[in-house]
Amino acid sequence: MSAHDPAELAAARPDFAAIAAWIPKGASVLDLGCGDGSLLRFLRDTRDVRGYGVEISDTKVVACIKNGVNVIQDDLDTGLSGFESLSFDYVILSQTLQAIRHTEALVQEILRVGKAGIVSFPNFGYWRNRIKVLRGNMPVSKALPYQWYDTPNVHLCTLHDFEDFCAIQKVHILDRRVMNGDNEVKMLPNLFGSTAVYRFKRNA
Amino acid sequence: MNNSIGIVSAQRAHFDTPLVFRSGAVLPRYELVYETYGRLNSDSSNAILVCHALSGNHHVAGYYADTPKNVGWWDNMIGPGKPVDTDKFFVIGVNNLGGCHGSTGPSSIDPDTGKPYGAGFPVVTVEDWVESQARLADLLGIKQFAAVLGGSLGGMQAMQWSLSFPERVRHVLVIAAAPHLTAENIAFNDVARNAILTDPDFHGGDFYQYGLVPTRGLRLARMLGHITYLSDDAMADKFGRSLRAGKLGYTYDIEFEIESYLRYQGDKFAAYFDANTYLLMTKSLDYFDPARDFDGNLDKAFAAARADFMVMSFTTDWRFAPERSREIVRALLHNGLNVSYAEISSAHGHDSFLMQDEHYHEVMRTYLDKIWSEYPL
Repeated sequence: MSAHDPAELAAARPDFAAIAAWIPKGASVLDLGCGDGSLLRFLRDTRDVRGYGVEISDTKVVACIKNGVNVIQDDLDTGLSGFESLSFDYVILSQTLQAIRHTEALVQEILRVGKAGIVSFPNFGYWRNRIKVLRGNMPVSKALPYQWYDTPNVHLCTLHDFEDFCAIQKVHILDRRVMNGDNEVKMLPNLFGSTAVYRFKRNA
Repeated sequence: MNNSIGIVSAQRAHFDTPLVFRSGAVLPRYELVYETYGRLNSDSSNAILVCHALSGNHHVAGYYADTPKNVGWWDNMIGPGKPVDTDKFFVIGVNNLGGCHGSTGPSSIDPDTGKPYGAGFPVVTVEDWVESQARLADLLGIKQFAAVLGGSLGGMQAMQWSLSFPERVRHVLVIAAAPHLTAENIAFNDVARNAILTDPDFHGGDFYQYGLVPTRGLRLARMLGHITYLSDDAMADKFGRSLRAGKLGYTYDIEFEIESYLRYQGDKFAAYFDANTYLLMTKSLDYFDPARDFDGNLDKAFAAARADFMVMSFTTDWRFAPERSREIVRALLHNGLNVSYAEISSAHGHDSFLMQDEHYHEVMRTYLDKIWSEYPL
């Protein structure tokens, strides 16, 4: 299997499959902080989307081009002024929310540019994280693979935090999928879920 | 030369079909000189056209047997195993109409009069160039280019290709360009033109018959242009406030290294470049504005385009700033076209697009490799 085999990618990144399940075939998608373009490529191959990524890193921009996905080099913290209002069906922020400096402004921008938004992030309320903090250390794990001194993550949150934030920001949550690895978590998600994926739109 | 395409030679194409310029002027016949590198494949699908900027020409890569030091102006980018890989692609460089390196231009002899065209040569626009390049493509049997690419004024031609001949180009690489010049840019060009126009040796553009060259105007024009192609930082790094004599001389001679450098560049340029071509090239830069026919709406201008785009800019380029490239990207996005945009960190200002830079070349290589792999070439 190639590194870009959709099945293999879905296994490696469970949030990909969750995101793809919400996206109708042929939709237009903007992926913020798109990394090497794997998600866009996955969505193109499985959902036939018309997609663009935004990425700041030089090496990741090259990786996107190699992956054959459209990528616009830009800094998310300076906003999405290059994109017209409601120009995308979905604006996705996959595993990037926690590294954004101006979170409120970006979420508003997502809902300006997109008809709906999708966000995935590592749940800081996951029980293993809580135990590490209780034991006196910042959590380091597969989902949070950084030391406190070299992490790009400046705004980690729990499911509760994010949902409170959405209420204040007048963001209407349409769907939520909480996962631990490949498995969906239904019971006590803020405790047992390591990754959360939300689908949302602006409050009518 | 490392990985050079090696010895190349220019070819000449003659065209007898009159070319009607955008201005309404007509050129009954003309010649274009061009070079090609690599091999055109059986279905002619691997052709790349490289468009040149203000002072460029058809000699893009390799060197001439009799003048081995005359290396093509983009030799670091184009050749075997280079980002624009001549082992894969058939690459064409052409001297633009109105140029002074062999294609018909103001310094060429008008067969109707037996004298140089001089001031009588039409003002050429980017659209006119693209039309003439398409005729060259016809001659070479190329129905559709795999890519048309260029930097600066060359990037404008690449863009125009996607508008004039949407079906004849699959990919367009727009490097260090802009959707149109700003007032400041036109102002720089006008000062440069004035330097030439007011040179007493210019004789209204017909200096050839007097055996004169408006050298003073040309070198001033080039000196001014050169300042705008560099960045403040690059100039500070390279020259700083260094004095040639190591001390102040209290004269108006060349004292600072930057003065020496600029005058050298000016002299070198004035020795080979045609003043009328310089005027014409700067004018075509000023005129380029695809949105003009669409009430200034660039989105509408690009509605005709079908190509995929790779747009690149350089952080220290203030003559064609990154923001100008982003305007192009926005218009392409609006039209739902495939586009990628890379903003390259570079210290060299507008000239960056000619420089050897690892990341810049990696972006180019990756994009062109993608073109190569995606299409049954």
